[in-house]
Amino acid sequence: MSCRRMALLSGAMVSALVSSAVAADFGRPATPDEIALWDIDVRPDGKGLPPGSGTVARGKDVFAENCAACHGDNGVGGIKDRLVGGQGTLASAMPVKTVGSFWPYATTLFDYIHRAMPYQAPGSLGVDDTYAVAAYILSLNGILPPEGQLDNHSLPDIRMPNRDGFIPDPEFSGSRK
Amino acid sequence: MSERHGSDVGWNRRKFLAAATTGLVASAAAGSASAETLADVPAREPGADLGALSARSTYVQIGRIPEAGPGRRNVDPADAINSKAPLQKLVGAITPSDLHYERSHAGAPDLDPSRHRLLVHGMVRNQLVFSVDDLKAMPAISRMAFLECTGNGWENWKKADGNLTVQNTHGLVSTSEWTGVPLRFILGLVEKETAATWMLAEGGDAAGVARSIPLTEEIVDEAIIAYGQNGEPIRPAHGFPIRLILPGMEGNLNIKWLRRLKFGDQPWMTRWETARYTQLLANGKARQFQLRMETNSVITQPSGTMQIRPGYNRISGLAWSGHGRIARVEISTDGANSWQEAQLNLPALPKAQTRFQMDWTWDGRPTKIVSRATDDKGHVQPDRDAFIATMGTNALFHYNAQQTWSIDQAGRVQNVLS
Repeated sequence: MSCRRMALLSGAMVSALVSSAVAADFGRPATPDEIALWDIDVRPDGKGLPPGSGTVARGKDVFAENCAACHGDNGVGGIKDRLVGGQGTLASAMPVKTVGSFWPYATTLFDYIHRAMPYQAPGSLGVDDTYAVAAYILSLNGILPPEGQLDNHSLPDIRMPNRDGFIPDPEFSGSRK
Repeated sequence: MSERHGSDVGWNRRKFLAAATTGLVASAAAGSASAETLADVPAREPGADLGALSARSTYVQIGRIPEAGPGRRNVDPADAINSKAPLQKLVGAITPSDLHYERSHAGAPDLDPSRHRLLVHGMVRNQLVFSVDDLKAMPAISRMAFLECTGNGWENWKKADGNLTVQNTHGLVSTSEWTGVPLRFILGLVEKETAATWMLAEGGDAAGVARSIPLTEEIVDEAIIAYGQNGEPIRPAHGFPIRLILPGMEGNLNIKWLRRLKFGDQPWMTRWETARYTQLLANGKARQFQLRMETNSVITQPSGTMQIRPGYNRISGLAWSGHGRIARVEISTDGANSWQEAQLNLPALPKAQTRFQMDWTWDGRPTKIVSRATDDKGHVQPDRDAFIATMGTNALFHYNAQQTWSIDQAGRVQNVLS
């Protein structure tokens, strides 16, 4: 383990705490291989997307097998979140928030399916099947054509219908974009 | 100066007797049996053996209620998405750990601390892996802080169900003492790059709940990687073995079962900060990164479904603010026409729940009671009309309008909008 000296810390509370602590090693360096195992997050600019691709047609099969039981046959009418439709309802008394009507970034769809779905076995879908099922959900919302496909280059370029539907809080977002 | 220590409240014997015979104290007396004279009080007898844990009295019925979305109560626990704290049965400012509200997105995992790790990486000089023992060996701090689910209050966005208790309406807020390592200490170890302005925090639950956290000075100063809650290891439902604590911020930012911190220069736009915890306004646009929990309060005694009698009644409740310390709580007993300042039980700590109380003599006529909190930064809890005018009724999250309880001629207390 390399010897690291504790960095100087600012902040009255913390500096009071560490003033009596001797320089010490805590933890160990993370190796690139193990970081890759856990480094699953995907940003709107596509950073973090793994190489791969999938078609709407393949996604339809993946969806039927893994998603329809909770989200309904066509992403509507299931016991869990509705995924399809709702465009034009956000300013009404009964807004319907779905991937098509509300989600601002398609990259979020990949990230969420990849990390958290299907509910009973998160992470069980392969990368190509994750692209495929994302493509299928986008096609159900009219965002991709039925013969469409997605890969790590095309996914960040998709402009979601509600991309401009959000007002970031100035206190936490103003100078941080 | 209306603030007093709880033990310093000026009760005299006559007042107490009046309370015991007319008001809440009588109605709250445990059990149906009574002791009319001291001769009826059971004789002393040897008690239970010493044990490893202190159980609650068998005379006390107290527990959380698992619920689903607004209006979806009495659900099978498998269908619940949160479990609400029994605010009407709590008497201080601290929430016992087993009654602290619970919200999870894929259940509470059973994590072995010896096999749990925290990875800290991204825009840092030293990418490090910490064990739980590493964290517990570091300099630690403790502080009181409330946690509040952003969905707290969501039953009342569009209508008020008169059958709700305060547990149903406001049970998604709790206060604990949290112990752990200041985030700033970890930042020093990994030597965060100055260009890193955001931090992704990710949980080790099945959902891998992840939120982008803006590294404001306030957040960096106050964030804790916590392993202790109310003096013991955090319980599984609340993040064992480690969780993030961001005092004053949305409950879901305080990532439970924490296993990864990644530093970057922009938010990741996870599902929870786009599709989920954003607030849809009447115009169809949604507020995003509305991370701070607002100034809030609620009367817990008397509250929904209780019944009071004419005469002396003690009003009590809880106030809290993600901005800082509760400076004042006012109570109206005439439907928000006039206000009186309540006593605060000290100490009133920043970003922690504060109990308030006030003596009241009910004349037996129907009325409405309301509380209104003000924090030390000057934020005043809004009335329902002003709040809805700003937020609409579709936001789902961040409801902090004043809570009104109506009292009818029979003394029945009911949830109403205003």
